[in-house]
Amino acid sequence: MNNFSHTFSDIRVMTKRNLIKYRRVPQLLVFSTIQPVMFLLLFTYVFGGAIVTGTGTYINYLLPGILVQTVLFGAMQTGIGLVDDLSRGMIDRFRSLPMARSAVLAGRTITDVIRNLFVVILMTIVGLFIGFRIDHGIFNFLGAVALIALFGFAFSWVSATIGLAVKTPETAQVAGFIWVFPLAFGSSIFVPVSSMSSAIRAFAEHNPITYVVNTVRALTLGLPVGNNIWFALAWIAGIMIVFVPLAVNRYRSIS
Amino acid sequence: MANHPLISYVEEARGRGMSNKQIIDALTSAGWQTHDLTNIFLEHIEVSREPAIPESADSIVTVRNVSKIYNKTIKALDNVSLEVKRGSVTALLGPNGAGKTTLVRILTTLLTLEHGTARVAGFDIVRDAQELRSVIGLAGQYAAVDETLTGRENLEMVGRLYHLSVPTSRQRADELLHQFNLDEASDRVLKTYSGGMRRRLDLAASLVIRPQILFLDEPTTGLDPRGRFALWHVIRELVKDGTTVLLTTQYLEEADQLAHKIFVIDHGHIIAQGTADELKKQVGGDVLELHIADHGLIDETVRLITPFGSEAPRVDEDTNIITMPVSGGASILIDAVRELDSANIKINDIVLRRPSLDDVFMALTGHSAE
Ligand SMILES: Nc1ncnc2c1ncn2[C@@H]1O[C@H](COP(=O)(O)OP(=O)(O)OP(=O)(O)O)[C@@H](O)[C@H]1O
Ligand SMILES: [Mg+2]
Repeated sequence: MNNFSHTFSDIRVMTKRNLIKYRRVPQLLVFSTIQPVMFLLLFTYVFGGAIVTGTGTYINYLLPGILVQTVLFGAMQTGIGLVDDLSRGMIDRFRSLPMARSAVLAGRTITDVIRNLFVVILMTIVGLFIGFRIDHGIFNFLGAVALIALFGFAFSWVSATIGLAVKTPETAQVAGFIWVFPLAFGSSIFVPVSSMSSAIRAFAEHNPITYVVNTVRALTLGLPVGNNIWFALAWIAGIMIVFVPLAVNRYRSIS
Repeated sequence: MANHPLISYVEEARGRGMSNKQIIDALTSAGWQTHDLTNIFLEHIEVSREPAIPESADSIVTVRNVSKIYNKTIKALDNVSLEVKRGSVTALLGPNGAGKTTLVRILTTLLTLEHGTARVAGFDIVRDAQELRSVIGLAGQYAAVDETLTGRENLEMVGRLYHLSVPTSRQRADELLHQFNLDEASDRVLKTYSGGMRRRLDLAASLVIRPQILFLDEPTTGLDPRGRFALWHVIRELVKDGTTVLLTTQYLEEADQLAHKIFVIDHGHIIAQGTADELKKQVGGDVLELHIADHGLIDETVRLITPFGSEAPRVDEDTNIITMPVSGGASILIDAVRELDSANIKINDIVLRRPSLDDVFMALTGHSAE
């Protein structure tokens, strides 16, 4: 029997099924497209004038941050989607089939990477209309997008672990907000860390989001990347090393 | 309904010794729609059960001393052992919380087996779980189908996850949609399905691979009488084609209609097993159910009807309903009415019915099923 090709096929089937859901469920579609674009426009036009970043137009500062924020918020959907399947009995159906045990989680997280890439591209296009410029090489920009996708993938596993632990979609949503908000706002997504009060600043400086945002920003603004990228990658690796096994374990112990 | 033109035909045909299947075939070819027939047969015909399965049939399910304890405290199954013969329909009959779902979930690898052993279709359910999954079908107590996919997409997905090829999955989905009368709804998302349609699709999903053994957890709960009858028909057809079925139900009537063998389960114990007839014999035949108007006359009524019963009457003080197993057939009903009439006891309602799960429970355990 060809185990590897079965696993591959199972993951593909699950991914396709999840993508169909994103397309058909209006809330999901709004959450994953319109809401991020709205954030982008609001922050640019409402706060843009007030926030001083020292990088020329605020959109060039903001877009890298808000792309990262979008995939961070998007990661919450991974856990919510899993628990939704769990509470509707779909996971039971999957577990009674001879499919690869890993395919449900892998299909879920891969779907979210695909959705993230789609949203990132959509937001970049909107950004280009309102003043964002890719001035420092398309490869730098693509590298930035790849890092964002990888970062989103890592956080999807965090979200999956939490989702499978709390077991109801509503709790997963709340639990998601509890870890996502401090991470997002205690970072350099919206404002430079140097502008924060010292207590928050200590947190923000070591926040993985800050490293990722700083790397993405350096790549798109043509600034030196420095050590940010290594810290970012180390965080991503560390998160995956911890949370992939945790999520898989949780999934296996569903009964 | 009683004057339906078909009834006299059906009765006459049965008098000539035609089987139900022959009658249905004859009527269908004469242009009658399935739902006309369903109504008639539901109300007026006792559908004959399948012939007994051959003695030599081997076991497809062997459960030995299986116990399940939830959260270290709730004993859902207590040392359960049973066998299911290949090609048969076996029913697990029990009230809410008896442990039916727990057993089904263990046998379909959804719950880990901690105490005891079980083999299904030649596989050890723990060691060979993955192989086992590719030969069984499961329709759980609650429909497990994807709301945002269409009926066809649901079935194709399941086919692909059983590792059927794309064309085979597609073809199988078509066949099943047709078989379960979902052709018209096949490309609609499930949000637009009724509960009954969802159940049917769920059952279809469990049949994608033509499983060796099909597990159905309360398959007809939530279906209207017509849907229930149609499902019984589907199950019988599957069994004719050689599928083994293990189903759970709360209705003796349903187990009676479908199953060759019934296991009665209560509080995690198998408290009785046998054919429906064997179980009913324990009750002693039919049940006379009597609803009197005046609460104060209950004792008097009980005294008067006791001689007609095969066992002592049981009284529900809240509803003024008296039930009593009887073995003498319809004449007892008439005798009882006469007796009460001459004593001037007003009867709201009196029926002679077949024993229910509750009656069997009463006979077996001395307590009600609830
Ligand atoms: N996941 C669980 N955790 C704790 N207790 C459980 C769990 N599932 C079932 N139980 C308990 O185990 C017992 C048997 O439950 P089970 O669902 O197997 O009964 P059932 O016969 O299927 O009932 P029903 O007809 O209501 O579906 C019940 O007391 C139930 O409360
Ligand atoms: Mg149950």
